[in-house]
Amino acid sequence: MENRLLDQQLDLLRDKILLLGGTTEAALHRAMQSLTERDSELAKKVMDEDRIIDQMELEIDRLSVEILALQKPAAHDLRFVISVAKITPILERIADHAGSIAEAAIKINQEPQLKNYIDMPLMAEIAAEMLRTALDAFTSEDAAVSREVILRDQKIDECYHRVFDELIRIMINNPQAATCAAHLMFVAKHLERIGDYVKDICELNVYLREAAFIKHSPNQ
Amino acid sequence: MQSKISISNLDFYYGKTQALFDISMEIPERQVVAFIGPSGCGKSTFLRTLNRMNDTIPIARAEGVVKIDGENIYAPGTDVVALRRKVGMVFQKSNPFPKSIFENVAYGIRINGLHKNKADLQERVEKALRDAALLNEVKDRLNSSAFGLSGGQQQRLCIARALAVQPEVILMDEPASALDPIATQKIEELVVELKKQYSIVIVTHNMQQASRVSDKTAFFMLGKLIEFNPTQKMFTNPDERLTEDYITGRFG
Ligand SMILES: Nc1ncnc2c1ncn2[C@@H]1O[C@H](COP(=O)(O)OP(=O)(O)OP(=O)(O)O)[C@@H](O)[C@H]1O
Ligand SMILES: [Mg+2]
Repeated sequence: MENRLLDQQLDLLRDKILLLGGTTEAALHRAMQSLTERDSELAKKVMDEDRIIDQMELEIDRLSVEILALQKPAAHDLRFVISVAKITPILERIADHAGSIAEAAIKINQEPQLKNYIDMPLMAEIAAEMLRTALDAFTSEDAAVSREVILRDQKIDECYHRVFDELIRIMINNPQAATCAAHLMFVAKHLERIGDYVKDICELNVYLREAAFIKHSPNQ
Repeated sequence: MQSKISISNLDFYYGKTQALFDISMEIPERQVVAFIGPSGCGKSTFLRTLNRMNDTIPIARAEGVVKIDGENIYAPGTDVVALRRKVGMVFQKSNPFPKSIFENVAYGIRINGLHKNKADLQERVEKALRDAALLNEVKDRLNSSAFGLSGGQQQRLCIARALAVQPEVILMDEPASALDPIATQKIEELVVELKKQYSIVIVTHNMQQASRVSDKTAFFMLGKLIEFNPTQKMFTNPDERLTEDYITGRFG
């Protein structure tokens, strides 16, 4: 049987968070593209679109509160609304980081190009892939995949340390590239933070599925 | 948590029709247990088996064991009057006697001979009214008719009447279903207060009420106990699909 009123609102909420997820994914992808293809116009677009994402966040907040207050969801419905309400600001923050990457790209694009961005594209690829998988796992409520994505965060951290070391080496060996390298350092840091946020999303996926809070517990 | 009432393999029949099927559960001491489930699933029937109120129905027959403090209340020779004093009941429709407020509460004390003298009777009546959170509203008119009270006040009067005979368990069958939100809230606060001294079982059709007041919730369907779990678990992550469907309004 269905609960028509509640189901309609939950479907609407699902649509809204999936749209926010897709928009966030696109922002990250385009921010990295603006860097690798030295496209500052694209970077500006990414920064502008941050407003749209903030708007989406507000709408989801409103709808979540409305459902909680008026429909008094229970059990899985309750966990769904709670998960959405907690994942939404995480996505908004990921989008903020994408905006910051785009901002850095504009500055980097004014400097002579560094020969190669070393492990940076790999790091971006892992982050984007993690985010996409996390959002898919939210949709399919797949706890196993979510747990696997949580483990992948380690790879990003390893990448981050390699990138960090290499950028330091560049700064020392080639002082002219120091400005560029410094901005790239921030980009790497943003990607590393995104990895952490994706991990938080995955923990909420597990909550949605299993009603278990695995955050802050060593053996999830 | 110590069990106050222990039910094992209880079957119940109205004539040839079986209304309860093989029910086993432990009702903890000094907690609130809520019974929920669709209309006709046997909540009231089950509640009445806990103080043998069904005995008044000629065709009714119970099989199985219900122990209160370890004593089987269906054992031959059970003192049913003493049982009903120990296990009081409050019904959906408040049912005061056509007497004064005072006499409504005094009645049970009198017939059980609980009071030492007139002053003691007065004291017991006032204590019961106070414990039922009604005294302040009626202390100036104890001798006027109980029918002059509002629905919510009448219901609290019935609770006072139940409390006056010093029960250990209180069974409540939809005690707030006819009340407005404020009167309902008063009853709910009272239930939570009363569990410090009494073991309480409350039947309710109001999911929020069950989740607000109870420590454990039992879900029944078609005379069967489907799930019995801590209320917090029941309303966030029930074990049974049927429970989930019922509490989320997806029940056909
Ligand atoms: N006195 C009776 N004689 C015969 N059958 C009865 C009697 N009382 C109840 N029943 C039947 O027993 C079943 C359980 O009824 P019961 O009143 O216990 O359900 P309930 O869960 O309390 O329902 P509601 O939520 O509507 O109060 C129903 O099928 C009902 O018709
Ligand atoms: Mg009933």
